[in-house]
Amino acid sequence: MLKISNLHKSYAIGDSSLHVLKGIDLNIDDGEMVAIMGSSGSGKSTLLNIIGMLDEADSGEYILDGLPIKNLTEKKAAVYRNKFLGFIFQSFNLINYKNALENVALPLYYQGLKRKERQKQAMFHLEKVGLTDWAHHLPKELSGGQNQRVAIARALAANPKLLLADEPTGALDTGTSYEIMEFIQQLNDEGKTILIVTHEEDIANMCKRIVRLRDGVIMEDTFVNQVRAKQNV
Amino acid sequence: MFDIDLWREIFQSINKNRTRSVMSGFTVAFAILLFTILFGIANGLKNTFAEAFVDDASNSIFVQSGRTTKAYKGLQAGRRIQFKNEDYDYIKEEFGDKVQYITARIYKNINTSFRNEQNTYDVRAVHPDHQYLEKTLIRDGRYINQKDLEERTKVVVIGRLVDEDLFLKTTALGKYINLGGIQYKVVGVFTDDGGDNEERIIYMPVTTAQQVYGNNDYIDQINLTYNPKMDFDQAISFSNLLTKKLKDRFTVARSDQRAIRVRNMAEGTKTVGLMNFGLSMIILVIGFGTLIAGIVGISNIMIFVVKERTKEIGIRKALGAQPKQIVSIILLESIIITTISGYVGLLIGVGVLDLATPVLKDYFIKDPSVSNTLVIGATITLIIAGTLAGYLPAKKASRIKPIVALRND
Repeated sequence: MLKISNLHKSYAIGDSSLHVLKGIDLNIDDGEMVAIMGSSGSGKSTLLNIIGMLDEADSGEYILDGLPIKNLTEKKAAVYRNKFLGFIFQSFNLINYKNALENVALPLYYQGLKRKERQKQAMFHLEKVGLTDWAHHLPKELSGGQNQRVAIARALAANPKLLLADEPTGALDTGTSYEIMEFIQQLNDEGKTILIVTHEEDIANMCKRIVRLRDGVIMEDTFVNQVRAKQNV
Repeated sequence: MFDIDLWREIFQSINKNRTRSVMSGFTVAFAILLFTILFGIANGLKNTFAEAFVDDASNSIFVQSGRTTKAYKGLQAGRRIQFKNEDYDYIKEEFGDKVQYITARIYKNINTSFRNEQNTYDVRAVHPDHQYLEKTLIRDGRYINQKDLEERTKVVVIGRLVDEDLFLKTTALGKYINLGGIQYKVVGVFTDDGGDNEERIIYMPVTTAQQVYGNNDYIDQINLTYNPKMDFDQAISFSNLLTKKLKDRFTVARSDQRAIRVRNMAEGTKTVGLMNFGLSMIILVIGFGTLIAGIVGISNIMIFVVKERTKEIGIRKALGAQPKQIVSIILLESIIITTISGYVGLLIGVGVLDLATPVLKDYFIKDPSVSNTLVIGATITLIIAGTLAGYLPAKKASRIKPIVALRND
């Protein structure tokens, strides 16, 4: 599914440059659920951004589902993001003047689907996250957990190959966090490949594999016994 | 090409940010409002000028006589100059095709009656050319013709209001009216754009008047139009030459301003033309100035909008929006706000002009209106203006990097 080798990335800060990723090698297969861990400044978000095609590596190779991701034009990057990737953010990043249904339908709009078809699919995904009754509510009328579920429905709407979650539970209390994780585990059970960036041990342990980053290199890459979120709820 | 979803997106965005949209539209609406009102008022002023001159051909020259004010070649001051038929013939022969139309005029004021109705009217005895000089429009019958002149027939052409005053319900054409005791046959009824006074006039052949009233060949005034092929300078030198020759003919001092007076409409026409041009330029400059201020206003607010929506644009890009889709959202929003608010301004402006028309009439502003051409022109200008205003902000928006936009604050 995902193949990264010898990936480097540095940022210019004033006159000096900050070497953030110092040669990352990472392979992720279909159906995996991987947690990327590390303290702040370890480069985990940069890695996620590169995987998400929101940022480009300086050197190294990145192949997504057999497709080399390199020197993309903005337009091409947009098309790939739309087709291959679903994003879940810490702060949900819903569009505040659109209701839940419209938010979920947005990636389908950029896929060029007809309005009727968009609404149908968006409704289907909202139903999946259990928010049918909230379809016409604005984000500000929903709780944090509900908003994150809308965001998950939106990430799923375009039927992406890879789900990228950047601290998906960072803005939620423990109970709600576990609810969301339970849901993400379900998606993985259904076969979705999922990549989660987190700095919380308990969340990481709910994945099947943990990759630990420190100072731009992978320190540890271990498969773990998945802790089911349901037991903790 | 027409993408209903794109429009839905844009209207949703405008609708959800109503205050902001209204505020940004306000500057443009106000600019167009000002422009419309200014334009209307300028039009009104032009109409007033045009009306003042519409009555007569714009290439008219009026020749009048009076008393001399200076002694000259042994002749005393205070001598009365009287034009006669031979002077009319002289001008015709002397200047040939430089003269387009020419007519003599004799003024009378005669008590006129038909059956029991009677009134006093200005009577002008004229040549047939007078019709074109005065822009007289024949409604019924005919004007004075050459045959009337030769045979000195007792016929008259009466104005529309004379017809209304005297003939009430019967038709005037073919009836005989009584002018100071003499019966004249009505052969025509005319209208004139020069106002009510011009339609309370009775025309008769110049020869008839000379025979009936005094049996002489006197003329009060000679009106002519110069050949319209002449430009302004030629027209002026023509009337100067005419003045000089007439003064010599009557042995009047060149510097005598009263004895023979030649008034050339070309001078007035040129002045009015220049004034209209100046007025149009001022309006254009002010109009474009305000419009540019409006564009800058919209542009400013669109930059702010882009700033405010940075996160949203980042989200859209992360979800797969292409740069040109971002550009079209911002650009179309700008165009729509500009066009709609521009139209609101235009409508209010037209409404204000409509309401103000009766009041403005007192200030020499007649019928201030805005033409269809202006409305179409304004539409195109507004769309261009909206594009200009939105372009830079839209470009800026399309360059927003999603990682920057989505960075957790």
